[in-house]
Amino acid sequence: MEFFFEVLIGGLLAGIMYSMVAIGFVLIYKASGVFNFAQGSMVLFAALTFVSLLERGVAFALALVITLAAMLVMAFAIERAVLRYLVNRPPITLFMATLGISYVIEGLAQTLWGSQVHGLDLGVKDEPFEVSGILLSQFDLFAAGTAAALVIALSILFNWTRIGLSLRAVADDQLAALAVGLRLQRIWGVVWAVAGFVALVAGLLWGARLGVQFSLSLVVLKALPVLIIGGFSSIGGAIVGGLIVGASEKLAEIYLGPFIGGGLENWFPYALAVVFLLFRPAGLFGDHAIERV
Amino acid sequence: MFFSEAGQFSTSYAADRRILRLRQERGVVWAILGVALLVVPFVGNDYWFSAILVPFLVLSLAGLGLNLLTGYAGQLSLGSAAFMAVGAFAAYNFLLRLPGLPLLAGFVLGGLVAAVVGVFFGLPSRRIKGFYLIVATLAAQFFVQWVFTQYGWFSNFNSSGVISAPPLLVGGYDFSDPAGRYVLTLLVVAALTALAYRLVRSDLGRNWMAVRDMDTAAAVIGIPVFKTKLLAFAISSFYLGVAGALWAFTYLGTVEPHGFDLTRSFQVLFIIIIGGMGSILGNFIGAAFIVLLPVLLSNLGGSLLVGIIDVEQTENLQKIIFGVLIIAFLIREPDGLASLWQKLRARARLWPLRH
Repeated sequence: MEFFFEVLIGGLLAGIMYSMVAIGFVLIYKASGVFNFAQGSMVLFAALTFVSLLERGVAFALALVITLAAMLVMAFAIERAVLRYLVNRPPITLFMATLGISYVIEGLAQTLWGSQVHGLDLGVKDEPFEVSGILLSQFDLFAAGTAAALVIALSILFNWTRIGLSLRAVADDQLAALAVGLRLQRIWGVVWAVAGFVALVAGLLWGARLGVQFSLSLVVLKALPVLIIGGFSSIGGAIVGGLIVGASEKLAEIYLGPFIGGGLENWFPYALAVVFLLFRPAGLFGDHAIERV
Repeated sequence: MFFSEAGQFSTSYAADRRILRLRQERGVVWAILGVALLVVPFVGNDYWFSAILVPFLVLSLAGLGLNLLTGYAGQLSLGSAAFMAVGAFAAYNFLLRLPGLPLLAGFVLGGLVAAVVGVFFGLPSRRIKGFYLIVATLAAQFFVQWVFTQYGWFSNFNSSGVISAPPLLVGGYDFSDPAGRYVLTLLVVAALTALAYRLVRSDLGRNWMAVRDMDTAAAVIGIPVFKTKLLAFAISSFYLGVAGALWAFTYLGTVEPHGFDLTRSFQVLFIIIIGGMGSILGNFIGAAFIVLLPVLLSNLGGSLLVGIIDVEQTENLQKIIFGVLIIAFLIREPDGLASLWQKLRARARLWPLRH
């Protein structure tokens, strides 16, 4: 039983790492209805830029600021060069545009910084310690704490600031937001910048765990089922979805793996997400679409 | 002038419903087919056959399969490569385990198995639509790849999970040399393309387009939406399955499950974006683009930019160029290169006049 809890808690904590990526998706989806496949490559870009700056002897804080500035520039560049021209296009077109964006960002990141693997040390040890018979990783707890701080910071931003107010207005009704004089294009830029910041945080945590390398952009594939289970438009849903995915894939690997063969964490979350969708077609916390002809 | 329909009257319904209604269109299509079949095999060299023409044809067929599902029926899929893998591995196993089975029958059976798998992964489309459906197709992508690597039976317990092409014999003729493989691929692709042209103009094709444009409205006018979607999944997967079998047998010769990964799915998706969604010709243009661009870039990189840019950088550069092109197409030419062709045709109709 102790072993079960150890696997469960390990999975839950790993799931929080997925949530971090999923939150970036949710932000952009809420504000612009864009399903941003490029979030994974933004994670890669942020982590790679930060690590490369560190390796060139830039101080930690300064590197962080420069990377943030880079994400900000990138966000507004994406808005200026891509999104602006795709207003009122079907969502699928926008999705495919973000696929294109992800190719550009990945290519750019590797052209600028090379494609070798970088180590990243955040000063938190990835060593397990024991709490009442259960092994916990210090790094996982740190990641969970960061996620909690991130969610609190985001909800403060959304609920108590002027910019958050306009973000919520745009998410609610773009036309109405335009009508009261909100500048849609600037707000999209801001949202992408916030998503870029989330990508940076996720990139640092994932990079410290896996090493900063190309496969970092593939965490987007881990975040997808998380999003689906939680619903596209809920930050809380992204967290809950992450917990469910993390826990269930670890449990499946341990308890199902011996019977049907190991390595099933690649597809299991997707199968789980499909089952969830059959019962709740818009995820656990997603908005239900009302259709009319 | 070139495409004038003046004086060409349809005197029967059958004539009116022909796919190629104009004499000029028929002439061009038959000429292209004739050259491709009777001239190219004798003048082309092995490099062109095995590195350009065969992958071009196979990818066109794969694009066609995805286009039926995404471009015509409106169901976005990121799992094309999975259905290609199913087709390849199923055809391999049929040909391996049923000695004496004709090669083409193996292709068809492989396609049918892919269709069944496609229907299975299409089942969630009853309740799920739009982006949420991506998950079902991604589930197919990862699950299928996992099954083929996990269970050795599918690759006849080959230690590295690789399947190899059976002897390419059709009706006593050996198609194993590069030119033969090209001809075999061409014949299969041409037959399936002709079928697709009929298909999208049938009532099933019209139903697909109705579902794509708005499935609620389609349901209201009495189209069986779920059945239509499932048929789209089945037929699209059949095409992808045959394309996968061709990819394995006539292009690569040996292939491992990893050869059908997510990158391949994206490649097929890009073909239909660049070529044109909801266009059959577009798949060929898009595939030509996807196959030729890397060749062109590496030649350019090899000759012009030696010393400035190394091999690894050309790969990154290629990625950036692909990304930019996709965005540019979505912004400037949402209907893909096929619509450029349509415009050109409209111009040719009036030439040398402007209006």
